[in-house]
Amino acid sequence: MSQFILHKENTRGHANHGWLDAHHSFSFANYYNPERMHFGVLRVLNDDSIDGGMGFGAHPHDNMEIITIPLAGAIAHKDSMGNSATIKNGEIQVMSAGTGVSHSEFNANANEQLNLLQIWLFPNKKNVTPRYDQQTLDVAARHNNFQQILSPNADDAGVWIHQDAWFSLGKFDAGFETEYKIKKAGNGVYAFIINGEVTINGQVLNKRDGLGIWDTDSISFKANTADAEVLLMDVPMELN
Amino acid sequence: MQTTILYIGRDTEITTVMNRLLNARPEWKGICVCTDEEAIEICQTHEIDLVLLGNGIDAACEKALRAKLTGLKPELKIIQHYGGGSGLLYGEIMTALS
Repeated sequence: MSQFILHKENTRGHANHGWLDAHHSFSFANYYNPERMHFGVLRVLNDDSIDGGMGFGAHPHDNMEIITIPLAGAIAHKDSMGNSATIKNGEIQVMSAGTGVSHSEFNANANEQLNLLQIWLFPNKKNVTPRYDQQTLDVAARHNNFQQILSPNADDAGVWIHQDAWFSLGKFDAGFETEYKIKKAGNGVYAFIINGEVTINGQVLNKRDGLGIWDTDSISFKANTADAEVLLMDVPMELN
Repeated sequence: MQTTILYIGRDTEITTVMNRLLNARPEWKGICVCTDEEAIEICQTHEIDLVLLGNGIDAACEKALRAKLTGLKPELKIIQHYGGGSGLLYGEIMTALS
């Protein structure tokens, strides 16, 4: 029998720092909710809105798989591995922090708001060599389709990470129905609704709601509105 | 009452950041070191409430360190710190101490 946990949009942690308006699906920084620590290896899901030209100065990370998906605008990224890049909507960035890396992230545009999802997964191996990657995604390929954007395999679609996790993005017409099959036994799926209204396993979900489902091998999906956009995070439920 | 937290990590930059973060809260006192020898000495000379294991500690070192530290203080809580910064730190410590 499948199990689920529902995180409505307005129950997320919220921190408004002026230049940064952040919503946290799970405990992060000063937002601490013992009921919202993680979903399997998914530890952080931050929905950040950053003012033009503002951002995070150089700061370190270790032992975490960090995935950034810009929803609007562009990020200017620099890191201690020598990478300097701009990542915009339609692209995905991944950083395996491993033994330690320092980076900065700023809104690349002075007069445009940046909205991004930053997602942290516990790695399946500690102290790996830090690495960075980014990819431009074929946005058209996610129309009425869960487009894979991340996997554990370097030769598979999307970016890869040190974890048995698969991410998919989809954008759907109203009334479109499909089924998503979980990629690995023991994994669960955390669905995050970027836009619109959808129904997953009978639960009606709206913009920025999250639904975690586990102890199942598939989920049913229906788009209720024309602008429905969803990120599925298929992740191990057991911490390493 | 202050909680004394020992952080051990191999990366000096991250260790410096952790020292700043742990000592920014009046309820915490942070002691941050990069070597196992320093960590053991600190545990012998201070009342440590919680140990955070940071980056770069390989499996063999971690096993030896856990054995040595719990040998000195059997009830000592030792947890892995992930992320190398402020994002997860508060939640990790609150969970460990709760």
